[in-house]
Amino acid sequence: MDAATKRELEIFACKERLLLLEGIFNAKAGHPGGSLSIAEIMAYLYNCEMNIDPKNPSMPERDRFVLSKGHAAPALYATLALKGFFPESDVKTLRKADSYLQGHPSMKCVPGVDMSTGSLGQGVSAAVGMALAAKLDNKDYRVYTVLGDGEIEEGQVWEAAMFAAAKKLDNLVVIVDNNNLQIDGTVEEVNSPYPIPEKFTAFGFNTVEIDGNNLDEIESALNAAKACKGKPTAVIAKTVKGKGVSYMENAVNWHGAAPDEERYNIAVAELTEQLKRLEGAK
Amino acid sequence: MSEVIKTATRDAYGKALVELGNTDKKIVVLDADLAAATKTGMFKKAHPEKFIDCGIAESNMMGVAAGLASAGYTVFASSFAMFAAGRAFEQVRNSIGYTHLNVKIGATHAGISVGEDGASHQCCEDIGLMRTIPGMVILNPADDVEARLCVLAAAEHQGPVYMRFGRLAVPRIFDENYKFEIGKGALLKDGSDVTIIATGLMVAEALAAAEKLAQEGVSARVVNMATIKPIDRGIIIDSAKKTGVIVTAEEHNIIGGLGSAVAEVVCETVPVPVVRVGVEDTFGKSGPAVQLLHEFGLDAENICEKCRKAVKMK
Repeated sequence: MDAATKRELEIFACKERLLLLEGIFNAKAGHPGGSLSIAEIMAYLYNCEMNIDPKNPSMPERDRFVLSKGHAAPALYATLALKGFFPESDVKTLRKADSYLQGHPSMKCVPGVDMSTGSLGQGVSAAVGMALAAKLDNKDYRVYTVLGDGEIEEGQVWEAAMFAAAKKLDNLVVIVDNNNLQIDGTVEEVNSPYPIPEKFTAFGFNTVEIDGNNLDEIESALNAAKACKGKPTAVIAKTVKGKGVSYMENAVNWHGAAPDEERYNIAVAELTEQLKRLEGAK
Repeated sequence: MSEVIKTATRDAYGKALVELGNTDKKIVVLDADLAAATKTGMFKKAHPEKFIDCGIAESNMMGVAAGLASAGYTVFASSFAMFAAGRAFEQVRNSIGYTHLNVKIGATHAGISVGEDGASHQCCEDIGLMRTIPGMVILNPADDVEARLCVLAAAEHQGPVYMRFGRLAVPRIFDENYKFEIGKGALLKDGSDVTIIATGLMVAEALAAAEKLAQEGVSARVVNMATIKPIDRGIIIDSAKKTGVIVTAEEHNIIGGLGSAVAEVVCETVPVPVVRVGVEDTFGKSGPAVQLLHEFGLDAENICEKCRKAVKMK
């Protein structure tokens, strides 16, 4: 991608991080680590990859996105808000009793959310069903789903993978956010899902490994997915959990905890600094 | 009197799906490697392009069903009750119930009448499980005529539906004039001493029990409750007022099923005694279906006994 596009996407990802942290800080709860890790993936999908219309969120021909790791809802909400699906100012109502922004994504009340998720392992099956619907209807839309690396410990993920490959769903892209941490520790310590690419390859996927915080690599992986016919694609995206906030990076304790005011201010200062640098370099 | 026609409700399910497939309704039928047993095989033969075998992976099947439904399909997802409601409970709850998507779960081989396969496959918990999911409609037809109407009604209903079918051939009760409506119980016989509210294959037993009781001078009112949820409160309240005592009959655990649903309504409105006929909180076992039904008290005889007991409680 050209330098200007890349800079725009980096700015988008940075704004996404600021916005999702604002939501989590105000909620005093939520999952910052795994939300921050996927900011670049979300930025690329919603700005470059997917055919979507924020003014017409249920457009039948749209590409679908399923956040199978539903606890990263703040990243999805921030992305949707920045794209204009709903006001950015609503993100700070996250998890409040009078807000439509539920702790985990709900398709019933949030414009742009294609499937309710949160119970790990389930979103990917729904994404597979959507990809199958496109095939049955002879439609061109594509389906993207993001899973956690801990999430793939769920057996349902592999039922879905087996089925997607058996039905040759080449319009499906499964992205694994491989940040190497889950609630109880590193994924190896808890119940190692490694080696991940080999598993998806064995299940019949076209498998690509990338640095999931690198926009060029995200672009080439998704282009490779489009070029691959007859097989679904799995993108194993190595990411940094808590990416962009110094004290949250690779720190397991920031999986599901909101920062207090002092730490929030540090995060905002760091991200604002990054944003200024990016905007200054335009 | 002409010979009684006996058909399993699962056969009626298969036939009704074929019928739906012949219309222009946008439907798709999923199964989990049990098409021959659930009778979706009939649909597969008639409409192969609208049939998808998901293999032995019920959890994924329910999620796939949700995804298809989100894209505008009315999806019928089939398996045995044990796996549809049991194995995949949380997928049904979160991917289908919480989203209120148009997925119709066709659960066959419900209850003790599975027979020889034994307790591992005899699901007597499904109504209880499904009943706790907000917005879930539960249909448990009494014969093949009603089963067909349930399938057609489910297809028209917006939102999730759990349909419960049996393996065993059961006598036909209704004729072509029978009208079925989701949420409405049907008064099959009026009576003044006791009301038997029955569902599924226990409806025929309830009618037989009522005849027997009449010979003893006990007048039993019989209600067919094919919709377990939303339960027909009106007909329950009427029955409680008219007969002052109710006996429920179902091929399900006495905990969580029709008996519980009726008792909940009765306790909050017209508190009269409710006596439950059902599987008494135990697991089933292998054996010929009809023999097991008798052994577990799922027959006219036990309904009569419970009615006699119930009448004394007034």
